Amino acid sequence: MKISEAAEILNAVVLTGGDKLDEEVHSACGSDMMSDVLAYVKDQGVLLTGLINVQVIRTLLMMDMNCVVFVRGKVPPEGIVEFAEENGVVVLQTKLPMFEACGRLYCAGLGRREDEGAPEVKDEGADHE
Amino acid sequence: MNNEALHYHFDVDGASFANAGRASVETKKLLRQIGVSPDVIRRISVAMYEGEINMVIHAHGGDADVYITEDTILIQLKDVGPGIRNVEEAMKEGFSTAPENIRALGFGAGMGLPNMKRYSDDMHIDTKVGVGTTIELWYRLK
Repeated sequence: MKISEAAEILNAVVLTGGDKLDEEVHSACGSDMMSDVLAYVKDQGVLLTGLINVQVIRTLLMMDMNCVVFVRGKVPPEGIVEFAEENGVVVLQTKLPMFEACGRLYCAGLGRREDEGAPEVKDEGADHE
Repeated sequence: MNNEALHYHFDVDGASFANAGRASVETKKLLRQIGVSPDVIRRISVAMYEGEINMVIHAHGGDADVYITEDTILIQLKDVGPGIRNVEEAMKEGFSTAPENIRALGFGAGMGLPNMKRYSDDMHIDTKVGVGTTIELWYRLK
């Protein structure tokens, strides 16, 4: 998925990195605990978080992630966006809460393994009791 | 370490949480320039970053030294903080003595030391209560 598609799905505002929206991201994770991101995340592209300090950007840099989404309409304090910009990180901001933001991206196929396919949707009138 | 080692030193500023991680970001850039493999760089970055955060949270900062030879990379993190009272306990995932305000900043989940161990080939902790802590993170390049 291109970052631009993710931004559209989340009705997100691009705070910086508008020139990188064509970059691909293959998966995502949502967390407010940076230690957990550092512990469990592998080859993720996008971090969704409600935390808005400079350590979010450093965590991204350490993990080679290229896009952060601030959820719940959080406005990062001065300097954060600039620091992200200096380091080539795309910063998006969405009004959606964490759960819905993650859900929308997941339903759109981000972060699902190929063998998992799309979520199963049963047809009306399918043969069940 | 022998004399041929490349050595980089960073002061870890304990006064400012906002500055925590600077040495790790710089080290990552250096390792990239030297041409260390991305996988090793990632592991070093995560472990050193956790270590740096720990030094700022618990020990008012300290010294970070990076030694690079052909075969190994050593990250040495040295502080004169309170020391670790029970290393075995501190190594357990989820165990944390970080205050609540640190959790609000995204750390203190009790993953620092376990992450450092997970993301290094060897980790040595030398700590004494009231004196300080030195942690060595070793990476084998061959």
